[in-house]
This record gives sequence, structure tokens and C-alpha cells, in this order.
Amino acid sequence: MMVPVEGFMYPNEVELQWSVLIVVYPFVTGLVAGAFILASLERIFHVVAVKPTYRLALLTALAFLLVAPLPLQLHLGHPERSLEMFLTPHKTSAMAMFGFVYLWYLMAVVLLEIWLDYRHEIVLLSQSTTGLKRLFYSALTLGSSNISEGALRVDDRVGWVVTLIGIPSAFLLHGYVGFIFGSVKANPWWSSPLMPVVFIFSAMVSGIATVLLVYMAMMKIRKQSIDMRCVDTIAQYLLYTFIIDFGLEMLDLIHRIYEADESFRSLDFLLHTKLFFSQVILQIVLGTVVPILTIGFIQIFNVPEKLRRLAYGVCGSLTIIGIFAMRWNVVIGGQLFSKSFLGYTTYKLDLISREGELVAVALLILPLFILAALLRILPPWPERQTPVGN
Amino acid sequence: MITRRKLLMLLPAAAFAWEYVLAGTPDVAPNYNSSEHWWGMLLDIDKCIGCGNCVRACATENDVPEGYFRTWVERYHVADWQQDTPLVDSPNGGKDGFPESSAVGGKNFFVPKMCNHCADSPCTQVCPVGATFHTPDGVVLVDSSYCVGCRYCVQACPYGCRFLHPTKHTAEKCSLCYHRITKGLTTACCENCPTGARQLADLKNPNDPIHEFLKTHSVQVLKPHLATGAKAFYHDLDGSVR
Repeated sequence: MMVPVEGFMYPNEVELQWSVLIVVYPFVTGLVAGAFILASLERIFHVVAVKPTYRLALLTALAFLLVAPLPLQLHLGHPERSLEMFLTPHKTSAMAMFGFVYLWYLMAVVLLEIWLDYRHEIVLLSQSTTGLKRLFYSALTLGSSNISEGALRVDDRVGWVVTLIGIPSAFLLHGYVGFIFGSVKANPWWSSPLMPVVFIFSAMVSGIATVLLVYMAMMKIRKQSIDMRCVDTIAQYLLYTFIIDFGLEMLDLIHRIYEADESFRSLDFLLHTKLFFSQVILQIVLGTVVPILTIGFIQIFNVPEKLRRLAYGVCGSLTIIGIFAMRWNVVIGGQLFSKSFLGYTTYKLDLISREGELVAVALLILPLFILAALLRILPPWPERQTPVGN
Repeated sequence: MITRRKLLMLLPAAAFAWEYVLAGTPDVAPNYNSSEHWWGMLLDIDKCIGCGNCVRACATENDVPEGYFRTWVERYHVADWQQDTPLVDSPNGGKDGFPESSAVGGKNFFVPKMCNHCADSPCTQVCPVGATFHTPDGVVLVDSSYCVGCRYCVQACPYGCRFLHPTKHTAEKCSLCYHRITKGLTTACCENCPTGARQLADLKNPNDPIHEFLKTHSVQVLKPHLATGAKAFYHDLDGSVR
């Protein structure tokens, strides 16, 4: 093992312990939380303009949520023992609680909300289809086939409550991920009470951008016109959350620079060298400042529809890249310097290995395939919601 | 009353539970009462000559894989007033000793490093399954039959004392030679130190010479601001040591 080292690292520190898969994990979890919060805008806060994306956002959240534990599982030295985190969790460990927060979010929030929202269509589909399809949709009804007006009203009311509980749960899911890093006092790059808050807002940013892109892509694939009122509103919310997120991140950065504690020289060195491209160029300039200025410009000046669509596509993509870079800078950046603050190591990303580039790319693409399957099983489009004459 | 049928039903559960009891029980010698001890170590920087005997002894005793270290030795070179930018090296963890230093002026000294067996250890706190645990006599151990290999403990250790075993894929660290000290022996590193720079210390034993030493000498722990309750006490620790 020959890893290039500058200065002095404690001998056991040379090899990075958390790989690109641990970058993928908070990235994916963030998309889930963000997508769900966008969905809740329509349900709880009655933002009618974003209605076309409500179901799409829920399905996107589910698709990414199903993939979220995979990078962790692949990363473990003993994946076969991972169930121990549920069976014998260590109460003081932030990581041990992940399983429970995840299960709560998956089972009690996302699945329940989707089921309640789709129950009407599921029951209709179980009646109108034949063969295996019928069996499948009948199973999805969970034996609840009452679609009377009263029952649907109950669905709607319970769904509203689930969403209401879901918002703090989404905050908990991703805030908790931030806490896993923020509570490591050994690592000054991570150790910050701001970390969970920054993670929550960056999650919202990435989730909103993802749903925006997925919606625009789906409309293009389905050769339908994009609801500009909808995408304009989503872009506005993206801008607002982005401003808070960027403000928090800059607060953290300025605080570090001004305090300039014992770790400052190391972190400053990284920012000017190994992390310059991923942090300054990708995360701050391209991934944050450019989208904020572009969407901000659209709010002030009258930009033609075609150009707005293009701008949203570009800004959405840049945002996703920027948030991925942010996760990279936290996870990988936090391991590049020695806890002695006297040296730096290098992260070598393998192409083909259990924790390599290909696996990371596959894990990032997998949710899109799951989403495609979910869109076929539970179409969110209005015209396909009433497949039978009923 | 326990009927034969009930007993038959209970047996598999008991067998299952027993496996966990055994897994969490450190291997102790008869007549060793863990509640009567509280282990730590004294490391005397003035006495360390950087020979690497401790690193080699530890590797042999504990079958430490090549390139990883349960203990290691660092060489510091501090030029006059430049306390916060010392030159530090530890080629192969100091296992093969040190080549002659080219640094001129200032002061040079060796610092042996190992797990600090912290009383409030961050590594134990973060372990998601409790595979890392405190023994009643103050030693931090890893149950490798239970560790999931998530490496959160490696991240949480401020001293860089942990690593993932390359073939077992579980967290590894200094066990303070628990298999030896519970039999009345000292650790492999202490046993092999030619100058007595390392001394195993039983802080609960009033007859242990550590008490006299602590009363009459200045000692310090590494990174005291992190409040980990470190029990590796350094004598004559220079302010430049990280």
C-alpha cells in the first residue's frame, strides 16, 4: 500500500476509512428528505402550484430511500452482522439509531403516505386488471377495498397527519446523518453543532433540484408541456432554501477562519490544494453561487419561457453536482488531514472494487431505475389515474 | 413450576443467549478480580530511546498485521520556538528504529504512542453495536466476533490508535495485553522496553509505584482539551506533541 503522504500522519491514519460509498449515503438520504419536504409543501402548506410534482416527489423519495442503506451495507467489514444494529443497538451511538430512524421514515411515513394517496387507484386497478397484475394490485390494497366517499375522506385526513409527522421526520432523518459527522469531536472538520442544520438545508436543496429535474425530464419523455407555474414556484423554493443553506455554510466557514483554532492551518491548506476544485469550484462557485444568481436573476428580470426552462435544467444539474461535492468535501475532506494537524494523505478512488467508482455510480443510478418501475406501477399522471370507467 | 416441556422450550433460548454472554466476557484468569484494578500506563519521554522494541514486541505478541500499529513511536524535532510546527516522523511506526536525523539545532525526542484507554472513550461511545467496550478494570477492548466493521470508532479516536484489520475486517487496537495483565504479567511493550520508558500502572493498587511517581513528577495526557479521560500518562511531555 503506497499512499502519497505529505508531512506527518499517525501511521494508522494513512489509509482512508470512509470511502466514496459514505459520500453516496448522505447524498442519497438528503435527496429523500428534500423530495419529501417538497411534497409536503402541497399537502400541508397548500402550495397549489407544485401539485403536478406531489406524487412524483413522493415516489422519488421512496426510490432513493430504498437505496439509502445499500452503500452502508456494502461498506461494512461484516455486512452479515449489520442486523445486530437493530437487535443489540448501542444506545450512545448515533449510528445505531440510524436503523430505527430509517425504518420509521420508510414504514411510517413514506410508504404509508404513498399507500394512502394511491389507495383509490390501487383498488380500481385491482378490479380492472387481470391475471398477475390483478393479484399484485389486490395485494397492494392490503385488504382494504372500501373506496366510498367517506373512506377516501379518511384516507385524505390520515394522509395529511402522516405528512405533518413526516416533515419533522424528514428533518430527523437527515439531521441525524449530519449529527453522525457533527458529533465526532476528534475531527474538527466535522465537529460542529451547525452540521445537522447544514445537512438538513442542503438536503432540501438537493431534493428540490432532483424533483425539478425529474419532473422536467418526465414531461419531455412523455412529450407533454411543462407547467411553467409549477417549475417557477419550485425554482423559487430552491432559491430560498439555497440562500439559507449557503448562509449557514458561509457562517461555518467564516467562523472557522476568524477563530483560526489549532486545526485551521490544516483545513486552510486543504481548501487551497486538495479540496480547491471540489470545494471552491464545484461546491461554492458552480454548485451554489451560479444557481443562486441565475434563479435570482429570473426573479427580478423578465426571462422568456424557453430560456427559463434551460436555466432551470442547468441550475438543477449544477445544484446536484454541488451538493454531491459538498458531501465529498465533508466525508473525504475530513479524512485527508492528520488528527495531529501535521500532514495530509491522499484518497485513491478505485474503479472496480467493492467500494469503488463503478459501485458508487451504480448506486446513484439504481434509484432512477427503481423510480421508473414505481412510475409504471403507480402512475402519478392525472390522465392515467382513472383507468376504468368507474 | 418448570415442566419438562417448558425446559425443552427454554433450552434453545438459553443456548442463544449464552453465546452472547460469552462473546461479551473477556478472557480472565482464575483469581483475577477485575473490580480491584484500574489500568493505565506511564510513558516517560525522557527515557525513550526510539529503539522500536515495544513496537516489535507488540506486533509479535498480538499478531499485528504489517503496516498497522497497536503501538508506535514518533520522533519529534522542535526548532527553538517553533512549538506548533514540529518536524515529526515515524518510519514504519518506529518498528525498525530510526535513521539518523538530518535536523540541526532545537530539541529531539521520542514519543511512544498507544491506545489511551480513555475512561470516557469516544470510540466506545460511537460503536453502534457495543463491540467496543470498557472492562470493569478500565481497559477498552474490541469484541472482534461482534464488530460490524463500520469504522466509526476509527474516526472517533482522536489519537489515531485504531485501524481495520485487513483480513479480519474488524476494528483493532491495543488491548493493553489484557490476556497477560489479568494473569499478573505486564504488557509485551513494557516487558521489552530496555529503559523502562513504559510502565504498566494499576491506579487502584495503593502499592503500585505509579502513585509515588504521580505525586512527585509532572505528568500530562495527550489532547487534554478533548476530555476523554485518557489513562496514558506522559512524563515530561513537550507542548509540541500532538
